[in-house]
Amino acid sequence: MKNKSVLINIAVLLAALLVPVVIKAPYHLHIIILIIIWSIIGTAWNLLGGYAGQVSFGHAAFFGLGAYSAGLLKFHFDISPWWGVLLGPIIATLVSLPIGLICFRLRGPYFALAMLSLGEIFRLLFTNLSNFTNGARGVMIMPDITSKMFYYYISLFILVLTLFTTYRIVNSKVGYYLVSIREDQDAATSLGIPTTLYKNLALLPSAFFTGMAGAFYMNYVAFIDPNIVFNLSNVSVMVILVVMLGGVATTWGPTVGAAIYIFLGELFRATLGSANVLVFGVLVCLIILFLPNGIVGEMNTLKRLVRRKKGLPGGERNEFLRG
Amino acid sequence: MSFFVARKLVKRFGGLTAVSDLSFFLEKGEILGVIGPNGSGKTTVFNLISRFFPLTSGEIFFKGTRIDQLPAHKICELGIGRTFQVVKPLKRMSVIDNVMAGAFLRTNSIGRARQKAEEITDFCALGQYKNVEAKSLPIALRKRLEIARSLATEPELLLLDETCAGLNPRESEGAIALIRRIRDAGITIIIVEHIMKVMMGISDRILAINFGSQIALGKPQEVAGHPEVIKAYLGDAHA
Repeated sequence: MKNKSVLINIAVLLAALLVPVVIKAPYHLHIIILIIIWSIIGTAWNLLGGYAGQVSFGHAAFFGLGAYSAGLLKFHFDISPWWGVLLGPIIATLVSLPIGLICFRLRGPYFALAMLSLGEIFRLLFTNLSNFTNGARGVMIMPDITSKMFYYYISLFILVLTLFTTYRIVNSKVGYYLVSIREDQDAATSLGIPTTLYKNLALLPSAFFTGMAGAFYMNYVAFIDPNIVFNLSNVSVMVILVVMLGGVATTWGPTVGAAIYIFLGELFRATLGSANVLVFGVLVCLIILFLPNGIVGEMNTLKRLVRRKKGLPGGERNEFLRG
Repeated sequence: MSFFVARKLVKRFGGLTAVSDLSFFLEKGEILGVIGPNGSGKTTVFNLISRFFPLTSGEIFFKGTRIDQLPAHKICELGIGRTFQVVKPLKRMSVIDNVMAGAFLRTNSIGRARQKAEEITDFCALGQYKNVEAKSLPIALRKRLEIARSLATEPELLLLDETCAGLNPRESEGAIALIRRIRDAGITIIIVEHIMKVMMGISDRILAINFGSQIALGKPQEVAGHPEVIKAYLGDAHA
């Protein structure tokens, strides 16, 4: 079983490496790169929000910090914004440290609200500190490289790094502890789990990779302003929808979610005009109603539905204990 | 000094004194039963020992160390496990994962944690439900899972909160047998329970409390016949 899943992962990686060879149109590659960026943010968010159950409505803060780290390097110091891909995650992680110490005193919805305000605080800070950040005029860079293929491989590398790191964290003692904290914080404490420490252990890598995605975004899109990268609905909330669609607390959920979300987003925008957001709303409602654990999370249910229709065994296992 | 000592415990919630001036001790290997009418402060005492609530005043010593200033998760690390009256299973985790979450306190290796969890689920007669999600267990098995999970943290003192409440007679016999097996494994136990039959049968000593204060402490028979205890449970007319 384990060997089989390793083989599948290698096959997926090989297929991903070959994508730019097959797909050459810049527009299509652009969509795929966007999917990868959202997969990175989603996977990072999932570690904190999915596994540890600390739902953050403020990941735009880390995304924006990463993006501005890269942009301001060029803007102020004329240093290549690619160094931001290293500096951005470090700054996002450093900022997340005091945030964790303060916000993890709160539980559930209160934590979510504290994080929501955090994202907004950074948006307003970066809008108004215009001497340092160039304010609402934003930061523009002239990218040296324009080949989409190059950006594709860089983003793919970051995604693989993110997936691998979260996978290693989740499949260790830390992962068990994070899920325990999500399921019942008091029970976790009674088992000797220092809950605040472990929540921070989830937040730090989550902020790190979100910051890295932000820094890559700066390099790729070449223009940011506070309302783009610190945006509540288009970053903080969107990442939650991406993860929910794909599957909360699953390895591949955020990636699958990002692929479907971005693809449908482009499709709706091309075909439905200004009604595209409305369709998204309906879609989200349907997902919550019928696939509450997301597509990857409900894989077994989906398989079972197919099996039941075909009349194959394996449909009703463990049902006798439900009640 | 005794294995476990609670000295002059006081807990006030605003104007309400939930526990007042309660002192008791335990020797290693003993089972101490705590009884008292509803709202008499039994669970509060557990929450004080396991540091879920801070003490208003008083001192608690475990193996000679003062523990009432430590953070809650340290209490378990020192060797005091607890279960909850309202069970708190880690719902979307399987039974074995629940127990592993406890076992990780003493090891960092997944393999060793799993091995220990397997031993403990068998010890608690949960072996056949190993791979079942905790949320689909009925109450009797959930209560047993609570015990299994805290046993996995290798406690020397186990606080059992109403392990038999809500179980039918056959299920509670199973629970009593399990508690005896735990004692035979050398673990000291404080147990809170309403069902007198259970308490009389397994406790070495019983502490009876009402309105947060001690009304009797001694051998089960002495406590059951104590006029204050009868008064607390049945009213003045029977005392």
